[in-house]
Amino acid sequence: MQRNAGPEPERTGQATNSSRENLVEGENSGPAGREAQYAQPTGLLRRAFALIDRNLAYVLPAPAAIVILLLMGYPFFYTVSLSLQRVNVTMTRFSFVGLENLLEVLTADERFLNAFLITLYFTVASLILELVLAMIMALVLNRTFRGLGVIRTLFLLPLVATPTATSVIWLIMMEPSIGILNHFLEVAGLPRSLWVAGDTSVVPSLVWINAWHGVPFVMLILLAGLRSLPTEPFEAARIDGASKLQEFFQITLPLLKGAIVVAMLFRAIDTLKVFDAIWIMTAGGPGRRSETLHIYSYLTAFEFYDLGYGSAVILVFMVIILVISAVLIRLRQRAWL
Amino acid sequence: MNRPYLKPMGMRKTRRIQDSLFWIILSIFLVFFLFIFFWMFISSFKPNLLIVSDPPVWFFTPTLAHYGEVFERNPFARYLFNSLTIAVSSVGLSLIVGLPAAYSIAKYKQDGLALALLVVRMLPGITFLVPLFIVYKRLGLLDTHAGIVITHILTVLPLIMWVMIGFFEDVPSELLDAALIDGCSQLGTMIRIMIPLSLPGITAVAILSFISSWNNFIFVLILGGSKTMTLPLAVYNFLTYGQVNWGALCAAATVVTLPVLLLALVVQRFLAGGLTMGAIKG
Repeated sequence: MQRNAGPEPERTGQATNSSRENLVEGENSGPAGREAQYAQPTGLLRRAFALIDRNLAYVLPAPAAIVILLLMGYPFFYTVSLSLQRVNVTMTRFSFVGLENLLEVLTADERFLNAFLITLYFTVASLILELVLAMIMALVLNRTFRGLGVIRTLFLLPLVATPTATSVIWLIMMEPSIGILNHFLEVAGLPRSLWVAGDTSVVPSLVWINAWHGVPFVMLILLAGLRSLPTEPFEAARIDGASKLQEFFQITLPLLKGAIVVAMLFRAIDTLKVFDAIWIMTAGGPGRRSETLHIYSYLTAFEFYDLGYGSAVILVFMVIILVISAVLIRLRQRAWL
Repeated sequence: MNRPYLKPMGMRKTRRIQDSLFWIILSIFLVFFLFIFFWMFISSFKPNLLIVSDPPVWFFTPTLAHYGEVFERNPFARYLFNSLTIAVSSVGLSLIVGLPAAYSIAKYKQDGLALALLVVRMLPGITFLVPLFIVYKRLGLLDTHAGIVITHILTVLPLIMWVMIGFFEDVPSELLDAALIDGCSQLGTMIRIMIPLSLPGITAVAILSFISSWNNFIFVLILGGSKTMTLPLAVYNFLTYGQVNWGALCAAATVVTLPVLLLALVVQRFLAGGLTMGAIKG
């Protein structure tokens, strides 16, 4: 606080230090306490150390705070300012246009609206599919058996596998004429699908891939939730003769509400942000049938090199993510009250 | 207590049926989720003619030709090196900066900082990419290792801090108080007590963030180039340039994925905890 007041911090430092040393001496009788005193560095070094030690709450987070401010805070405000400008393709002329970009994104850009609706469709469908699949799996896995750890890890592999690589393999497997998934469909007596090449099948295919990636995470959280449930309500229900189905809908589900909201919160954030899989498999196509907000942001900024307008699109995309997250965080707080 | 031979005959039978039913369902799930890895792996050894055959061929004489193509006709060894150095440096730097900060947030209950961190974690990388692109272009940082490492810190640092706050909060405060009473400094308690006690958590988060950096695609797509080409981007280029060679594509995908999968299996004990910690706590 009064860093250049000279003796001031020294005195306070000694005050706290000596009180701690007294405490030490009080606790350990004699030699041990004195040894600890000798081990302390002396003079300036010691005072500097004491100063740091007393202000750890500021010292420790400072480097991270600086990095985050520099790497994220600065670019964020730069994006805001860019969204108010028109930038030419070679990035040599920047002219201020005010809210023109933002207004165009929000009111006149049909492509943005399309991207918004597709993102919504993709995210909601993914979350529903993931929740249902993960719930079934968690209920099945909710018991103790040999090999639980290994099997749980095997289920985690889709979560950690490199999305770029798995997207490429999905693309090969979903190839319409000779891909293996169509072969499986045929064996099962179902009609072939165009998968990501079809106008109507593209988003469901991507939802499927996203769920394949996300279900393990949701299942982990639901499983942890299931394992921490109290047993009394279930015993009571069994005595009252409740069916398994009733038990699930009236006891398990309400008790799991917190875990469900948390899992959905994290998956919603991740699904809104999916880029790799969609860019690699469809790049937004066919037409604009799978052009999500993230893909559209990327296209305007880094394919058309319209950095001003692109920044405006990115800014709106960001606000949408923050609003949806804030709503889910509120929900989560309420779920846990 | 739980002696099956003391139970009546019928119960033992239903139990066995239930058990086998459980394993059957479990196997279906496993096939469902892991088939793609199996398919990728065997296709990478399949002769080209058989890869495109319909119906699929399950038995064949394996060939290493695709791996030859990946490593000899393309500098995949260098891409591997790029991926490795970028991931290790960004994780190392983020640990140095992130661990003290996470400790501080956990210990001094700095909820404001935690909230800021959550916001940062939610934002997609593209939010920062336009300005970074402009700044990098001016500073000559495009397609440099330093430039890519800096952007990876953007995703790795918040991840490390977020997960570690949960781990640090789990260390009982009595242990820290005991160390303080014994004359240990605040900084000393962090280095001598907190860090060693949280080593499993630190291992888990280091591996998780290594994987997240290894998997990253968009930063190097926009800010990288031929000098900093990492494996994910190399696989993507395999897909887009020239005619698509499925066998080589599968081999390349295997090269990218296998290290991550093996890493996950080796550290499975820590992995589940690390993945859920950030979500359940905080």
